Amino acid sequence: MQSNESNPGVKDGTPAVRFDNVVKRFGDLEVLKGLNFSVQPGERVTLIGPSGSGKTTILRLLMTLEKVTEGVVYVEGEPLSHMKKGDKLVVAGEHHLREVRKKIGMVFQQFNLFPNMKVLRNITEAPVHTLGVSKDEAVAKARELLDLVGLADKEDNYPSQLSGGQQQRVAIARSLAMSPDILLLDEVTSALDPELVADVLDLLKDIANSTDITMLIVTHEMGFARDVSHRVMMFDQGVIVEDGPPSQVMGDPEHERTRAFLKAVLGESKPE
Amino acid sequence: MNGWDWNVAKELFPSLLKGFWVILEVTVLSSITCLLLGLVIAVVLRSAPKVVSAPLFAVVEFIRNTPLLVQLFFVWFGLAPLLGSTTPLVVGVIVLGIHYSTYTSEVYRAGIDAVPVGQWEAITALSLPKRYGWQHVILPQALRRVTPALGNYIISMFKEVPVLTAIGLAEMISNTQEYVATFNTGYLEGYTIAGLIFLAVSYPTAVAMRKLEKRLAKQ
Repeated sequence: MQSNESNPGVKDGTPAVRFDNVVKRFGDLEVLKGLNFSVQPGERVTLIGPSGSGKTTILRLLMTLEKVTEGVVYVEGEPLSHMKKGDKLVVAGEHHLREVRKKIGMVFQQFNLFPNMKVLRNITEAPVHTLGVSKDEAVAKARELLDLVGLADKEDNYPSQLSGGQQQRVAIARSLAMSPDILLLDEVTSALDPELVADVLDLLKDIANSTDITMLIVTHEMGFARDVSHRVMMFDQGVIVEDGPPSQVMGDPEHERTRAFLKAVLGESKPE
Repeated sequence: MNGWDWNVAKELFPSLLKGFWVILEVTVLSSITCLLLGLVIAVVLRSAPKVVSAPLFAVVEFIRNTPLLVQLFFVWFGLAPLLGSTTPLVVGVIVLGIHYSTYTSEVYRAGIDAVPVGQWEAITALSLPKRYGWQHVILPQALRRVTPALGNYIISMFKEVPVLTAIGLAEMISNTQEYVATFNTGYLEGYTIAGLIFLAVSYPTAVAMRKLEKRLAKQ
């Protein structure tokens, strides 16, 4: 954990996210092997590691797109995949899941905008139908967010009429419209043409710096990870290899595996 | 057998036209049935618990893999008498509608499967209810893709309506048969005109479906 000076969001008390002995298996493949970690409110944590190391699975478990095999995931103290029934924890029903995950937003690698809806409606649907916000209020907020992401003039376009970078910015606006406490970013620039990556990363940096949203980020953009995160966790084969501030994990890694990974990734991103 | 006789053709034409209206009526009603029921079947097979979806799957497979004519006879001679008075038209619409819903459900299923899984993930991530997801995100995308295929099944069904003659529906073919039985002539004229009427409706519709398919593929 690092000092509160550079990480004002970190407070004592309930963690925003806590993984308690989480095991995730897909068939015979054990993707997460008894994972324990917490993320404090306001903290921005980047998960790095080779593909197949379980980073994306962590985000998908948090978003309830996957179910844990063993262990419990807590979001703001509430068990996510389970619910309290008396003293016992039982597997959560659909209603409980919907309630808990309202606090969580996710931006996907493939944007996953709704292609049959215009940009504005993509953003307003969830606030209206999930949170029960009035249509006018949702539209006003959506316009504000479109302005924030630099696409104020695109509200009447369909997603297919936008570039990948623009679509991803709409997707970011869509997740922010739900006012999430926790935002999950899953390789959000991996599907973009190289020249569009910087815009999206700059936008995310602005959002990171101007809000206290807790963020869990999976990315191969090491510069972005360094700039934006309070903490970096290095994963390999379903376990945390290294966990600390970016200056340490990325600047002066203790483990051979972290060094090898960083060398591979940085080598890749510097073709010149 | 005699050659073509314009007088016979003229005499037959009004009753053929009347028969054609019956065929159209059956087509429209069975279409509505099979389009709605097929959609319900597709969604239930996809989202209902196994105790519901497994038996439904078995029933759908059974209907799809047995002949329409057998089903017609089964319902008309086997079930209908138990239900009291009914007409060939009612039984025909129900049997055709159910039979074709087992095909349209497959079409819908393919359309639903073609919607990227990321769409459901976005629905989940936004905490939108499942029902909302089906109604506003998944089905609108799926239906666009399958409209031409559904249209082709409707054309097939339209051409199969004369099978209902077997349970006594008075349409073009049975009207011709009746005429032939009475006057011992009119085979050539009756069946030729009936065929031309079918062609006049189904060919332009098929062409329109192909155009629609091309247009949707472009978008």
